[in-house]
Amino acid sequence: MLGFIIRRLIQSVVVMLVVSLIAFVMFRFIGDPVDQMVGLETTLEERAQLREQLGLNDPLPVQFWNFVSKAAQGDLGISYQFKQPVSQMIGERLPATLELSFVSAVFALVAGIPMGVFTALRRESILSKIFLTVSLIGISLPTFLIGILLIFVFAVNLQWLPSFGRGEVVDLGWWSTGFLTVSGLKALILPSITLGLFQMTLIMRLVRSEMLEVLRTDFIKFARARGLKDRAVHFGHALKNTLVPVITITGLQLGSIIAFAIITETVFQWPGMGLLFLQAVQNVDIPIMSAYLLMIAFLFVVINLIVDMLYVVVDPRIRLGGNKA
Amino acid sequence: MSTEAQELKNGGFWSRARDSDIWFSFRKSKVTIVAAIVTALIFLSALFAPLIAPHNPFDLATLSLLDSLTPPVWEEGGDPRFLLGTDDQGRDILSTILYGSRISLAVGIASVLFAAILGISLGLLAGYVGGRTDSIIMRIADVQLTFPAILIALLIDGSVRSVLGGIDREQSAFYVLVVSIGLSFWVQYARTVRSSTLVEKNKEYVQAARLIGLHPIKIMARHVLPNVMGPVLVIATINLALAIITEATLSFLGVGIPPTQPSLGTMIRIGNDFLFSGEWWITMFPGIALAVLVLAVNLLGDWLRDALNPRLR
Repeated sequence: MLGFIIRRLIQSVVVMLVVSLIAFVMFRFIGDPVDQMVGLETTLEERAQLREQLGLNDPLPVQFWNFVSKAAQGDLGISYQFKQPVSQMIGERLPATLELSFVSAVFALVAGIPMGVFTALRRESILSKIFLTVSLIGISLPTFLIGILLIFVFAVNLQWLPSFGRGEVVDLGWWSTGFLTVSGLKALILPSITLGLFQMTLIMRLVRSEMLEVLRTDFIKFARARGLKDRAVHFGHALKNTLVPVITITGLQLGSIIAFAIITETVFQWPGMGLLFLQAVQNVDIPIMSAYLLMIAFLFVVINLIVDMLYVVVDPRIRLGGNKA
Repeated sequence: MSTEAQELKNGGFWSRARDSDIWFSFRKSKVTIVAAIVTALIFLSALFAPLIAPHNPFDLATLSLLDSLTPPVWEEGGDPRFLLGTDDQGRDILSTILYGSRISLAVGIASVLFAAILGISLGLLAGYVGGRTDSIIMRIADVQLTFPAILIALLIDGSVRSVLGGIDREQSAFYVLVVSIGLSFWVQYARTVRSSTLVEKNKEYVQAARLIGLHPIKIMARHVLPNVMGPVLVIATINLALAIITEATLSFLGVGIPPTQPSLGTMIRIGNDFLFSGEWWITMFPGIALAVLVLAVNLLGDWLRDALNPRLR
């Protein structure tokens, strides 16, 4: 186990180094950082001074090292457009994105697993067919279109739910939460359905196909032969054995949820990291872009690591590493 | 010998096609037939848009702001000249959809081609040459695979546009999109081609080709490539739907095709601003067109995957 964790940690560090190299190259070579920071009236001497101050005259490996060590300490540079530290801007917007992603993931699991179980057990029922058709449409429709449709129906026509923003938020130290107010909770509903719908259909289809597979195996037949109730067979035996792939996919999808939040946040004007990143792309604000890249890479690497470890905990049959027993 | 059997023996293309498993599974599935017809209709109407569209939305001389925000014909205040209404600049929605799906399809197909060519070349190289080349290419692929394609496309798009800087955005938008979408989808091709190349390169015909002293590039292109193309076609079909969605998403986010010659995604973005003031048709009709297109291409892709690869069923 320890060797496995160490090996995975080394892999993660390598991935992070590669990503920070890309972020560094973007930061250093796309547009001149000095030109972006100063106004037109700055003299050449002042520019040269700033260049020296920023360390842009150092050898490239030294610059890269400075970039990485600063990033590791949370110093991600200063936004060209807003002239504020990027880490502070991201920090302010992180809670919004994480809360949205969390609610979407919960929605995807809570709705997806029962629907998957149902469609596997009652394959011929009309409801199953409706679920499957809807899931096909859910997979085919682009996220932003689903968001617009939901806004059109529930915000414009029925006027039940707000169409933009987070509603009222409560500050808990450095974390601002929308969970504690009614308007905050209402504001969460449409964006999280939009964001979680794709993952929900994915989980539903996965649970369904895994259930169908497991229900065919011998140990289920044996459980039935022992006279166990359907309920015990389906949920105690079958569902439990579908959980490994569900955990993997959910974990990996958590990363995509955070990335796809860019689109949902744009549709609903949700004040999160994704919206910040998109504005940065539109205005070519490279420090924010490379910081967001680093941030997302870090989240992905951590999530992958946790998923790999959960794997082993959930399914003891999985033997670690290359030791061929 | 009956004529039919003879035809079979002669193996004419059409008779072989008629007897193939693929044609059989195509005829069997009603959904697939509908999807194929819908896809064909959309492709044709996009191709012949200048002929069938009632207006030319790019011809500024024919536009009149007086016509702007006209609702569809069946709504109150509709104008029979504009079947599905007009947008804020007085462009006919139906015509703009026809021209727009042309742009969406062009970007989709071009970026799938770009991704396929890049992925196939790198996959062949990695599989055939092996060694350090292989591990470098595949490590890059691994890292890229960790991130969703849309994020990579956004990053590349942002970087390329800032490098191009002064160059006219309307001219470059198409190519920037093709490059960013293409670069975010090449990994799948590279991985598939690499793994089949690894199998093929140890077969006798490749060894024979090597023995008679053919240049490695020639062996890769002429001998290995034709034998690894099967799965690539399936991936390309499925990716076409994804590429169209990605283009629409980028355009919707405002970093894709500019509004002067809108694609479907750009139209949805334009219309989104008018959703609250009641002008729903500017968003909804392009949205429906996009959804139908993507759904049809997706269904075709699913069917092709099942038909060519029975094990996956």
